[in-house]
Amino acid sequence: MNRYSRHILLPEIGEKGQKKLLEAKVLVVGAGGLGCPVLQYLCAAGTGTLGIVDFDTVDESNLQRQILFGSSSLGQNKAMAAKRRLEDLNETIAIHAYPEKLEHGTAVELFRQHDLIVDCTDNFASRYLISDAAVIAGKPTVYGAIYKFEGQVSVFNYKNGPSYRCLFPAPPQAGSIPDCSETGVLGVLPGIIGSMQASEALKIILGIGQVLSGKVYCFNALTLQSRTFEFPKSEFAKAEKIINDGLYAPLPAYCDDSVPTLPLKKALEMERVQFVDVREIHEEPKTPITNCVSVPLSDWNSQLKKIDRSKNIILFCQSGARSRKAAKLLQAMQITNCFSLKEGAQEITAFFNNQFL
Amino acid sequence: MQLTIKYLGMLAETTRCSEEAHQATEKTVSELLESLYRKYPALREKDFQVAQNHRLVSTETELDSGELALLPPFAGG
Repeated sequence: MNRYSRHILLPEIGEKGQKKLLEAKVLVVGAGGLGCPVLQYLCAAGTGTLGIVDFDTVDESNLQRQILFGSSSLGQNKAMAAKRRLEDLNETIAIHAYPEKLEHGTAVELFRQHDLIVDCTDNFASRYLISDAAVIAGKPTVYGAIYKFEGQVSVFNYKNGPSYRCLFPAPPQAGSIPDCSETGVLGVLPGIIGSMQASEALKIILGIGQVLSGKVYCFNALTLQSRTFEFPKSEFAKAEKIINDGLYAPLPAYCDDSVPTLPLKKALEMERVQFVDVREIHEEPKTPITNCVSVPLSDWNSQLKKIDRSKNIILFCQSGARSRKAAKLLQAMQITNCFSLKEGAQEITAFFNNQFL
Repeated sequence: MQLTIKYLGMLAETTRCSEEAHQATEKTVSELLESLYRKYPALREKDFQVAQNHRLVSTETELDSGELALLPPFAGG
């Protein structure tokens, strides 16, 4: 037990606590920016059984923050590559790699084989799947999520406490929140947030301190400020509610690229173009685009005739969420020459203002 | 009533500020949000929760002096 002597020296842990760790079974979903530090510390701490779920492979652009990987792991499956690195760190524990996607059909059963789930995924579909499956399986979940320089940490389903859906009841509208790999991130940020997740996981296993249940901790690396917000348990934390409402079902992928998007510059170079503003009539700013019609999404069907099918249809709104929705509606009508503009009304107006200065 | 409004995550990019003072004449959270939507139209399309003085509240909640934070979900990992 020399390996764990610095744990055992702590009266809060001792030999008894270390034994709890050696008997614990933890499943980490996602071996990316957050998963790497979580796995590294849980492995070093002597978590008896560690499961790693990840279907993805190591890419060079991951090495800036995914600290379990190096040049020798490029192209390898992340769960397998992480297992290899972790076995060198601590060969005394059991490490199981699941080089696959977490699926609805198997998630609940997989969760039941573990004491604790750590959500280190990078998309909303997986986050809702994990939360719902954890509520059904009755397992606590340590949540972490990051955006550029900011992070969130919370613990869900802990001793019948609130779940992810108590904090954010439904997935966001597609396109309203950046998902997938389209945003940058400060490399050390997932290191900080992942370390906090590992710390919450250890506290839960050891039964020490105050677990971050019913609270979400928000951290900003640029200001080094943090705030904690409390949230109550809602009916969404109950397994019956999730099953009866059919919430435990596959979510559409948020990396939805079925709608072609176009930057304004490209759109202005195209011939035979009709711009369509799908915002409500009262919304500001009005754009300086001349070949533009207004078809508010709220009055879509009755104003649809304004759209000229013989032209390339360029849809826009404020942020791109409604224009993507409109493009989907047009696609459903077999109108394929439609695009959702990358820029919103404010950026369009700014573009024209700058151009004519 | 004097309020400090905090915008977290990508919302600060929409409003181009992470914090602002607001002299509230509105009575409820939802009335205040309507004012913010007029000021920042793109905010209407964003998903977020509202926390009043560090507690998540529903939009019908009466405004209280202090801090109101707009908290969006993050997907990244």
